[in-house]
Amino acid sequence: MSSTVETPTEIRTFNVDIPEEQLAELRRRIDAARWPSKEVVADRSQGVQLATLQELARYWTTDYDWRKLEAKLNALPQFMTEIDGVDIHFIHVRSKHEDALPLIITHGWPGSVLELLEVVGPLTDPTAHGGRAEDAFDLVLPSMPGYGFSSQPTEAGWDAGRIAQAWAELMNRLGYTRYIAQGGDQGASVTDAMARQAPNGLAGIHLNFLSTFPTEVLAAIFSPEIGGGLFKRVGVAVVASRAEKEHAALDAVAGIFMSGYIAEMNTKPQTLGYSLTDTPVGLAAWILDHDADSYEKISHAFLDGQPSGGLTRDAIVDNITLYWLTNTAASSGRLYWENAVKINAALASGEKAPELSLPVGFTVFPGEIFQAPRSWAEKVYPNLTYWSEADKGGHFAAWEEPQLFAEEMRAAFRSLRNGGSS
Amino acid sequence: MSSTAQTATEIRTFTVEVPEEQLDDLRNRINATRWPDRETDASQGVQLETIQALAAYWATGYDWRKFEERFAALPHFITEIDGVDIHFIHVRSEHEDALPLIVTHGWPGSTIEQLKIIGPLTDPTGHGADSADAFHLVIPSLPGHGFSGKPRETGWDPIRIAKAWVVLMERLGYTRYVAQGGDWGNAVTEQLALLKPEGLLGIHTNMPATVPADVSKALATGGPMPDGLFGEEEKAYQILKHFFATGVGYANEMANRPQTLYAIADSPVGLAAWMLDHDERSYQLIARAFAGNPGGLSRDEVLDNVTHYWLTNTAVSSARLYWESHLAFFDVKGVEIPVGVTVFPDELYPAPQSWAEKAYPKLVHYNRVAEGGHFAAWEQPQILSQELRDTFRSLR
Repeated sequence: MSSTVETPTEIRTFNVDIPEEQLAELRRRIDAARWPSKEVVADRSQGVQLATLQELARYWTTDYDWRKLEAKLNALPQFMTEIDGVDIHFIHVRSKHEDALPLIITHGWPGSVLELLEVVGPLTDPTAHGGRAEDAFDLVLPSMPGYGFSSQPTEAGWDAGRIAQAWAELMNRLGYTRYIAQGGDQGASVTDAMARQAPNGLAGIHLNFLSTFPTEVLAAIFSPEIGGGLFKRVGVAVVASRAEKEHAALDAVAGIFMSGYIAEMNTKPQTLGYSLTDTPVGLAAWILDHDADSYEKISHAFLDGQPSGGLTRDAIVDNITLYWLTNTAASSGRLYWENAVKINAALASGEKAPELSLPVGFTVFPGEIFQAPRSWAEKVYPNLTYWSEADKGGHFAAWEEPQLFAEEMRAAFRSLRNGGSS
Repeated sequence: MSSTAQTATEIRTFTVEVPEEQLDDLRNRINATRWPDRETDASQGVQLETIQALAAYWATGYDWRKFEERFAALPHFITEIDGVDIHFIHVRSEHEDALPLIVTHGWPGSTIEQLKIIGPLTDPTGHGADSADAFHLVIPSLPGHGFSGKPRETGWDPIRIAKAWVVLMERLGYTRYVAQGGDWGNAVTEQLALLKPEGLLGIHTNMPATVPADVSKALATGGPMPDGLFGEEEKAYQILKHFFATGVGYANEMANRPQTLYAIADSPVGLAAWMLDHDERSYQLIARAFAGNPGGLSRDEVLDNVTHYWLTNTAVSSARLYWESHLAFFDVKGVEIPVGVTVFPDELYPAPQSWAEKAYPKLVHYNRVAEGGHFAAWEQPQILSQELRDTFRSLR
């Protein structure tokens, strides 16, 4: 990594340059992995399967080449700027088209800016990717604090709201006076917070993950209708009046809230951080076990050589290696703790999130953790101007289906171009 | 480790003997630890300062062989039950009328928790007690834990383990016995009580499952506190509420995705942190020890146990018990045989006497002691030993 040091508000160029000894050390650790006994089930129900992880480890040490990714990253314009005491790394690609609409896209966990690399071309250079010049975007892809090449906050308080404020400052610093924002996963929380803060210049947002829920949905998730033991509260009893789709979503959302990785990162990110920081295969397993759909797809990529769209072996290992080399397992997990602290404080005080009146577009991808029902989205986003249900893709939509994702961006934001509003 | 192989139902002697290269490898890994940044808030889990002090002592001051010598001097056995090798320590009292007692450890514990009660319980006269209070002691390692085998199939929940313990006590020739446990050891011991095997006279627990159904429901769903809770009951509810809000991440992960925890099989320091973060008060107790101010647990004792998990590579196999169990941990199970309860003040929750009386219709002993926490036998062996004598005296 190299950078020219200047004063805090300035924007420095940035290049990735990992010392060879760090790569050798990584390979050495993977080779020295000590494995647990095989899971005692024939499916993924106990977690990441030994065969999948061992194949990933084999590929990582023998076939994988970090330098290829490094070259790809360094071919993009990367920058660093200090905002609110934290160095923010971002990729900034301006379109050659004059009227391009500035768009800031926020990645999630366990993702990174790498999720978004394949949408850079279609979004900034649409005419070369089946689109029209008037669909062009100027693209800003920041790494969240504690993620990737951004620095790690040394104080508490960096929740989605504070990141959203930093993004507004970033767009301001880049001279954008009218822009839009997009996100999924934790990036959806940040983007939702941006829209509620409604900084000058933000004209609208698009989400591919619902991070805010109608009050009655939250009530149902935490209601006595949830069955099961204290450690396995994943089932939700059928509420007779609910539409089938809403019920499936409710069930899935309750499952998310009770799942282990979120509970652990919400409460004890540091405890978890020690092990993930010290073992590459342990980190890889934790990252792979995000959701059933993406795990199955990634598992196929390694075991059958059949990747799903952009979720190739290299892409998966690039992302894990980025987490490893930047030593961000603990710092990235802290975002869950930060957001949980904020949500718990709001619940305790009865404080409601500010109303959101900006235009919101939403795309549901079929493999996502839960299929957000339109009825829920309409309740939390009264100005829902675009709704779409894609026919393929999952949690890592941009990463897996970059072309489709780009088409969604074009369609969702078309009405907001040329100063227009809805 | 060596053993003489014989037929399945036979009991083989077992010797603990870890090869030197495993200890070298462990030290190398500790010295090569890659650390995260310091926590940004003390509530985020094990603090960097504590775990670094632990790692420094583990790699330089700690001596597994000292423990191994003491541990190996005990009578260790292995016997296959229901397809799994069960390791156990079996110490017979010199007193003929001693009462057989099977004590079950929990997570993240092991038979190491029980070592300091062996003397007081099997040799009471050597420890200021009466020969009439002597016990024959059976201390098994749970399947997937310590030197027991790792199950290769699903189904090893507390109920199946309890059934294995019935077989074990039968195989040892015990026709009248009692049982004790805390944590998972309590879950197994209560299931044993529900099986009502011929010969089981009663149980003692230091982590009783007494939470009434309405309270359990409120805790599980985040609902309001049920009406009618006052004093000790309200206190227990508040403590449990805090625990479920902030302290069950590890349990959720192990209950849902135990196999995903590859990291604690590959990183000794990561394993240590995961084990230290069991509950707030035991973490404080352990952190004290590494800050040079030990209470009920010493640095060596803590590391004996972590090293034991490491050397047996049981981080993931032990976590599977959470996945296997479908029992609500603290809910009343309906135990009908005689029960003794000791409430240690720093346990996950202090079970009120009113709840204990409802949970256990035959409550023969209830006592709130002055000191001790989740690892009662390990932290306060004298107190727990006296509690067991008092509980079981009437059942002899």
